[in-house]
Amino acid sequence: MSIALLLEQILNGLQLGVMLFLMAAGLTLIFGVMGLINLAHGSLYMVGAFACATVAAWTGSFWLGLVASLVAAAAAGAIVEMTVIRRLYDRDHLDQVLATFALILIFSEGTRWVFGSLPLYLNIPDLLRGTIPLPGGGRYQIYRIAIIAVGVAVAVGLWLLIARTRLGMRIRAGESDREMIAALGIDIRTLYTVVFAIGAALAGLAGAMVGALQSVQVGMGEPVLILAFVVIVIGGIGSIKGALVGAVLVGLIDTMGRFLLPRAFSVFMDPSEASLIGSAIASMLIYMFMALVLAFRPRGLFATAK
Amino acid sequence: MTMNRETIVNISLALLLLAIPLIALQLNSPFYVTLATRMAILALAAVGLNLALGLGGMVSFGHAAYFGVGGYVAGILAHHAFSGLPLDFGLFQVPGTNMMPIIWVVAILVSGLLALFIGAISIRTSGVYFIMITLAFAQMTYYFANSWPAYGGEDGLSIFVRNQFPGVNTLRPLTYFFICYAILLAALVLFAAIRDSRFGAALQAARQNEVRVATVGINANRIRLAAFVISGMITGLAGALYADLNRFVSPSMLSWHMSGEFIVLIILGGVARLYGPVAGAMLFVMFEFLLGGMTDRWQFFLGLVLLGVVLLARGGLVGWLAGRARHG
Repeated sequence: MSIALLLEQILNGLQLGVMLFLMAAGLTLIFGVMGLINLAHGSLYMVGAFACATVAAWTGSFWLGLVASLVAAAAAGAIVEMTVIRRLYDRDHLDQVLATFALILIFSEGTRWVFGSLPLYLNIPDLLRGTIPLPGGGRYQIYRIAIIAVGVAVAVGLWLLIARTRLGMRIRAGESDREMIAALGIDIRTLYTVVFAIGAALAGLAGAMVGALQSVQVGMGEPVLILAFVVIVIGGIGSIKGALVGAVLVGLIDTMGRFLLPRAFSVFMDPSEASLIGSAIASMLIYMFMALVLAFRPRGLFATAK
Repeated sequence: MTMNRETIVNISLALLLLAIPLIALQLNSPFYVTLATRMAILALAAVGLNLALGLGGMVSFGHAAYFGVGGYVAGILAHHAFSGLPLDFGLFQVPGTNMMPIIWVVAILVSGLLALFIGAISIRTSGVYFIMITLAFAQMTYYFANSWPAYGGEDGLSIFVRNQFPGVNTLRPLTYFFICYAILLAALVLFAAIRDSRFGAALQAARQNEVRVATVGINANRIRLAAFVISGMITGLAGALYADLNRFVSPSMLSWHMSGEFIVLIILGGVARLYGPVAGAMLFVMFEFLLGGMTDRWQFFLGLVLLGVVLLARGGLVGWLAGRARHG
């Protein structure tokens, strides 16, 4: 096993982690501020991917597609918030789960209705095509590096937004005491819509970027949604820092597990059997990690006070 | 005992479910027998979940794990009975079987063990954490079944001949319906017995006010864990029956859509109501059948209906027919 291969896998893990962060940040923000569990977050990821693929196919420009994904996901998020989600803030989690489960059915079947069952394809933009050399002799796709860079930029941007701007101040105030912030004359309904739209836009961005690596199809958001749940459970629900740390951990553990476990098992067993058992266990590794974290920190690594 | 409105509703629901296959055979449309069997099995799975979710307030979004594991127990044992090769656990070997009673016991034990493992970790948390963790663990079993090739992996596993029950011919659809229906009734009796027992009282009290339960010296988490395990066992048994109904198991039985459906059944029927799962399963299967016959996009309309039920109609079908639940 060469250093280059190992490095490549670590970068793949980071790229997955960054993508999960974009999903998890929105989920955890929405939970932290509004106390809402949103299963339909994966649908917004799908909306972003479909918007990007469609607009890129019309205009020939990936970049316009990327803008479209942000706009479409944010708009879908805002509309859903104003029509459905808004009525769920005072309900228990069971109602929230059920209503957002219903939204998934509507989104998935609606998308299949409009776009058909065949997957769409999205090409990597010319600017980011090609590879760069890695130390040790390997090469790595520029596009994946760009995804990592976008994720880091979003993390920094979110931090600035929340720590340094007036909107961020309101979001933090909404997190700690929603009655008080409403009493101080802040329009809490609009604030909630804005927070939901921001979360949706991040999910849409993730969907669009991943759309160029995989195919764009109905149901693509669901596996990612569940991974994002694992991320925020590990990181502590409501904590953006937790989402970042959790996302990178989950991305690395999942990728490295799939890469290393079959190899590790082949040391003491037959290679084909090692590959089977290794990959079967690797598929469960992050859940085991989650169980381990919860055994010691039942509210996640960076639990908020609530 | 005077019959209250809910008892009358319950008896009517039980008789209605029993009547569907009998009328279907009179009308010479055996397909409806299978439909009624499906209703009974899904109702059984939801009775299991209702114990955890309705009585215990534990919103498990991962009951597909027990359902699917029960299904795989039936599939794997039948597979080994068919091939004649024993299951090899390294240290010891176990022969396969096609006898339903044995399969049921194994399905109950295995899904109970899984529920014990998942429950022991999940019950330490509550609220959204509990929902997400049960979901995540169920996904773990889903991905495992997908990537483990010995029993078909993502293609699933066929049961070539439906497993047998001593003395009857399970291949006859009506006979198999009666078996499932009898088990459903037994599970409902068990649910009612648990609900009205001291254990059930503690479980419901733990849902309503954990501090008070702790004050009188009851460890709420142990009660919850016991209920969670029984809940998983009932749903696991339903999984074994479902596998035999379809003569097929696949990872889709473990998928989170399945877990979501179980919750939907309970909400449609009425949370914590004895016959809520029965009403919910009958409504859901009928809805799926009728809408599915009209349009391929039936899930879209199911979503709209669900949304309407959550936002507008509370208490489910039993709540609507029998009035609000009586406490005390």
